[in-house]
Amino acid sequence: MNANDLKVFIDGATNYFSQMSNRPAVVQTPYLEEKNIAITHEFTGIIGVSGKKKGCVYFTAPMSLLKHLLLTIGELDTSKDALSDLVGEVANTIAGNARSYFGPEFMISVPIVVNGHTERIKLPENHRSYVIPVIWRNHEAAVVVSLE
Amino acid sequence: MDMMIVDDSMIIRNKIERALTDFDINVVGIAKNGVEAVELMASSDPEMVTMDLTMPIMDGTECIEELLKLSPDLIILVVSALSDKATAIAALQKGAHGFLCKPFTEAELTTAISKLIKG
Repeated sequence: MNANDLKVFIDGATNYFSQMSNRPAVVQTPYLEEKNIAITHEFTGIIGVSGKKKGCVYFTAPMSLLKHLLLTIGELDTSKDALSDLVGEVANTIAGNARSYFGPEFMISVPIVVNGHTERIKLPENHRSYVIPVIWRNHEAAVVVSLE
Repeated sequence: MDMMIVDDSMIIRNKIERALTDFDINVVGIAKNGVEAVELMASSDPEMVTMDLTMPIMDGTECIEELLKLSPDLIILVVSALSDKATAIAALQKGAHGFLCKPFTEAELTTAISKLIKG
């Protein structure tokens, strides 16, 4: 992972919120998660990556952000299923958009969604994991990129 | 025009359906993956499909092939987060007619659909 690689995911997160809500997200300075402890909020959408790069990309957000985003895009269903669907779709979109930079050999899985603050997400020990803090309408979320 | 929406995300399926309310388009089928789309094809007989690519069970690329076997004149708009040119070209080579990258606005979706309807 280098700065250009990381910028792809920063741009992906910025673009997602701009497109979906006309209200850009503020992306704070990314940092290296030295202890490989997964940062999680209440809902997390995880995308497995294989091929040219290996590891995972995930988007994690609190319920408040996801509910706000659902209503902003016109979705009236704010059930747990809808929140899970949305967090998975955000992760899928950010990871999928990265293929414009990494190419078709950056292969992504369908989203796996985990609910609740959890320690079940184990970041690969041999990969460097970067946390990209995202703030949208005062809600804090994060994109985490853990790729070899 | 009759349309089927194929996407594993309920949020996206609903967003597409909402965007079509001002169009003369009837949503005749909604599928969460390629297998459901193929099964729905016979009973719903759509003229157009919006197709996600990354889906469980049967992905969009395989589904495009299967649907075109059943209905060679079907108009297919791929709506996917996979934003690389190679993926778009591959989808068009499989028989899709257009490609819209996620995230999309309702205006971008309706513009893409209008272009395909006008041919």
